[in-house]
Amino acid sequence: MASIEAAPRRIAKGAEAELFLESLWLGKSVLAKRRLEKKYRVPELDKSLREYRTIHEAEIIHRAKEAGVSTPILYLVDVPCSTIYMEYVKGKVIRKILDELSTEKRLDFFHRIGGLVGKLHRAGITHGDLTTSNMILTEEERIYFVDFGLAELTREVEKRGVDLHLMEHMLMSTHYRYAEECFSSFLQGYREIMGEEATAEVVRKIEEIERRGRYISEREVLEDGDEQSKQVP
Amino acid sequence: MDRVLCLGIESTADDLGVGIATSEGVILANKRSTYTPEKGGIHPREAARHHSAQIGFVLEAALRQAEVGPRDIDVVAFSQGPGMGPCLRTGATVARAAAIYLGVPLVGVNHAVAHIEIGRLAAKARDPLTLFVSGGNTIVTGYEAGRYRIFGETLDIPVGNCLDVFAREAGLLYPGAPDLEKRALEGKTFVPLPYLVKGMDLSFSGLLTSALEKLHSGNWRLEDLCMSLQEVAFSMLGEVTERALAHTGKPGLLLTGGVAANKRLQSIMRAIAEEHGAKSYVVPLEYSLDNGAMIAWTGLLAYLSGVRTPVNESFIRPKWRLDEVEVTWLR
Repeated sequence: MASIEAAPRRIAKGAEAELFLESLWLGKSVLAKRRLEKKYRVPELDKSLREYRTIHEAEIIHRAKEAGVSTPILYLVDVPCSTIYMEYVKGKVIRKILDELSTEKRLDFFHRIGGLVGKLHRAGITHGDLTTSNMILTEEERIYFVDFGLAELTREVEKRGVDLHLMEHMLMSTHYRYAEECFSSFLQGYREIMGEEATAEVVRKIEEIERRGRYISEREVLEDGDEQSKQVP
Repeated sequence: MDRVLCLGIESTADDLGVGIATSEGVILANKRSTYTPEKGGIHPREAARHHSAQIGFVLEAALRQAEVGPRDIDVVAFSQGPGMGPCLRTGATVARAAAIYLGVPLVGVNHAVAHIEIGRLAAKARDPLTLFVSGGNTIVTGYEAGRYRIFGETLDIPVGNCLDVFAREAGLLYPGAPDLEKRALEGKTFVPLPYLVKGMDLSFSGLLTSALEKLHSGNWRLEDLCMSLQEVAFSMLGEVTERALAHTGKPGLLLTGGVAANKRLQSIMRAIAEEHGAKSYVVPLEYSLDNGAMIAWTGLLAYLSGVRTPVNESFIRPKWRLDEVEVTWLR
């Protein structure tokens, strides 16, 4: 592992990983994302989850850049320590500034975010954890996506639908005052990149996912009932 | 105020329960009769038939246990949904008849809310983040601004259903999950199985399919599969619950529903609560499975905060979502 010149400072601890800011690392300000060991998971599962997610996240951060979405520059991927060393993106977390924005500005942001998500999807990437806490606005007004911890390389409509469903769900639960207008702006931006047809397909999927997630016991019954009624004369 | 007595009828699935709760928060009675399918899973019509045959006995037993007469009942509550139509209808019919006969108000209760409320009562948890896991539900929820908000839930089958179906296919003793838990204790080698967390939501159907494939291939020890299935499913629950706990900063973590009886899941939730400085609560066994007491208690809370369900509006709601309910008693 490369040498670290200054003592790292922990700046955030999430449920899954902790972030360290290392002030001097080959002359750069560096963010280290280390995935935490979970004592409650069996060691085999814990190790494979952390390693897999570390490699995977690094790969996707890179691919997202190729797709035209701003992401941090990667410096080093330390798999055995499940740590990614990357550029520290300076700016504001979008979630925290949304309330202060004018309606126009807010809708513009969601329009742009929709476009960025469209670019990810077009490149075969699904994010898996789309929330405004994972997006950073830099001084130059560029929107960075900084957390690809649950992202996947896939073109399945199902997973794209889950992405958009999560976005909508997040809006409803944390920004419910203006959730609806923001989501429709988001969809507009998404549509401009993905096209009318692909967008309509994903929107249909969202509706299906919502139906499915909601009424589980009912659906189970129907399936079970059908299967059994065949056995009953 | 005088003591108010509420009689609650639970009949969302295979369990028929009658409970009696007092406004002081005392459960006077909690009786249950469970339908056991001869083969396969719960057949809604057969379960409903069982319920209508048994309801008289269960009602009588509950009144006897509470040492009260029918005329002492002030409110009748019933599980209005979500659940299996024929089963819900049976309980609702009895509840309507009882309310009309006794001349007392009727209150329709959401089954998921009842699981949370009985957990809060029995474990003395004030405002916990709740993981509600059973054969029909998998929900991470917490109270916020008048409702139990859903932070995460399954995108397909409930975790209890995943465990039950696997147990059934493996020929374990009915109802499956408890026997599966016992076998899992003898598991030695971890078998990799698909782990699916989508943001805050979960998917168990791929896990079940893969576990069943491995089971039928005959290449794996059953105990190892049981252990691995539990570990993967519960780690998924752990991840989502932990994230919601970190996100909401709730002071407690409550585990409720039928799967709450699982000791391994309990220990995972304890570890997570400890890590985040939250208190850990587990619903006692007699209230973890579907039961009438939770309907009685929740019906009472709703009644005391002014909720009434007129008989002509007491249709069952098989698809009633937890976050549609206005939690009037916590305002």
